[in-house]
Amino acid sequence: MNAQMMAHARQRADFETIAGWVQSGAKVLDLGCGDGSLLRYLKEERKVWGYGVEIADEKILACTKNGVNVIQTDLESGLSGFESGSFDYVILSQTLQSMKHTERIMQEMLRVAKQAIVTFPNFGYWQHRLQVIAGHMPVSRDLPYQWYDTPNIHLCTLKDFEAFCAQLNVRILERSVIHRGHQVSVLPNLLGSLAVYRVERLSK
Amino acid sequence: MHSPDHTSVGIVTPQTARFDQPIKLRSGAVLDRYELVYETYGQLNADKNNAVLICHALSGNHHVAGFHSEQDKRPGWWDTMIGPGKPIDTNKFFVIGLNNLGGCHGSTGPSSLDPATGQPYGASFPLVTVDDWVETQARLADQLGIQQFAAVVGGSLGGMQALQWSITYPERVRHALVIAAAPKLTAQNIAFNDVARQAILTDPDFYGGDYYAHQVVPKRGLRLARMLGHITYLSDDVMGSKFGRMLRAGAFQYGYDVEFEIESYLRYQGDKFAESFDANTYLLMTKALDYFDPTHHHNEGSLAQALQAVKAGFLIVSFTTDWRFAPERSREIVKALLDNERDVTYAEITSSHGHDAFLMVDPYYHDLVRAYMQRIDLRGAA
Repeated sequence: MNAQMMAHARQRADFETIAGWVQSGAKVLDLGCGDGSLLRYLKEERKVWGYGVEIADEKILACTKNGVNVIQTDLESGLSGFESGSFDYVILSQTLQSMKHTERIMQEMLRVAKQAIVTFPNFGYWQHRLQVIAGHMPVSRDLPYQWYDTPNIHLCTLKDFEAFCAQLNVRILERSVIHRGHQVSVLPNLLGSLAVYRVERLSK
Repeated sequence: MHSPDHTSVGIVTPQTARFDQPIKLRSGAVLDRYELVYETYGQLNADKNNAVLICHALSGNHHVAGFHSEQDKRPGWWDTMIGPGKPIDTNKFFVIGLNNLGGCHGSTGPSSLDPATGQPYGASFPLVTVDDWVETQARLADQLGIQQFAAVVGGSLGGMQALQWSITYPERVRHALVIAAAPKLTAQNIAFNDVARQAILTDPDFYGGDYYAHQVVPKRGLRLARMLGHITYLSDDVMGSKFGRMLRAGAFQYGYDVEFEIESYLRYQGDKFAESFDANTYLLMTKALDYFDPTHHHNEGSLAQALQAVKAGFLIVSFTTDWRFAPERSREIVKALLDNERDVTYAEITSSHGHDAFLMVDPYYHDLVRAYMQRIDLRGAA
């Protein structure tokens, strides 16, 4: 199995969770959509319809080949090209940790959509903790980068993310914690490597 | 002689379509009859659903790809994009390029003879708009038996035509490729066009547009107009890297002859253009640009409202250093399509070439157009 296929297989786990959460026929915005495979999967499995957002040329090309609508734009500059409340769901799949303006993107997501689905690698996963205790920045299947060349600048644990949501007035509707394709129900912040959340904004 | 090139459409022969049904133009003027010159590449399939219309920009024409003869040195203006195996693949698509009404390359325009007088139309040729072009292009499609285009494609002013097609004939366009375009010109853009027009209109050889009778051509004005245009089609960066402050003679000459390489380039471009293009056509094309505004006939509503009836899928492409039709302007079109929940892909191509980038070869740009065109399904389509 090459690296791309491995990444693909690993992704399937959160794809399935997300597909189980979105309503059939929903309108979805997928931020950092990569090659568009999640949108394509949701289109096939749940008849959803929508757009991906990407910045990298090769990913725009891959989405086009995949038959997925994609808009080339820099997420860091916000979502001003999208109307408020124009989507049922906005998805940020394994991208939150590499974004500079974390608070702003959360607010923007919940401006353009009723609900947001956020997935990220759990920094609190036990192997990561062990490596830190052993004196190193963690490197793992889910965090495959060395500290000096990682795109991940805002890593967090489940607890961190939940506190962050509370602070932003964001309500957590559902949580799924996954490790190697399986749901983790016992000690998720320790045993889960991938977190998937469905959230909405609390009305003020 | 050309070495055999399997990605060239080869030798092509322009054809002429005659229209005897009068056309009422946006201005209110009526043309009783007119001709459009066009070229085609590839084969129209049995279902007649593989036709692609290429709309040209300000100075373009029907000769989009291939060569007119074995001796021809340069191919059509978008030969890099169209041909067997090229991004717009003539093995799959039947591609049509035409010279727009008002042009000066064979279609009826100001330099054509007015059958009523036997003299060139000159100043009496009516102004035409993008809407008028779409109407005449639709009549050409009718003659060719094409009910629906697989795609309508254009850059710059050509992109505006592709956009207008999707508005005027939502049922007749399955895809629109709108490249380096804008939903309407800004004041700055109109200002550039007006300076260009003033250069022509104030040339003593212009004679109010009827210079043909005086056996002269307002070359000085047309040359200036083109020089100005060229400045706006290039980016500051590319001009700097290509010409910088390079001097032809290596030292200041303290005079007004060509000294800097950029002067040489612009004068050459201006002279070449003034030899081959009709000044009245140039005026008319710039006015068509200025008038283009799909919201104008929608009670000045939003662009999103103007695009409500659109059905086509869109590929919108802009170029980072294009300041004449900047990426922000393309994003306005994207936003209006998003607001209407239409299928759209938007790409912002990193390029140093300014507005001219849409005519250049760029791997990402070409791969993207190729990928989009390959995706167009011809099976079971109308």
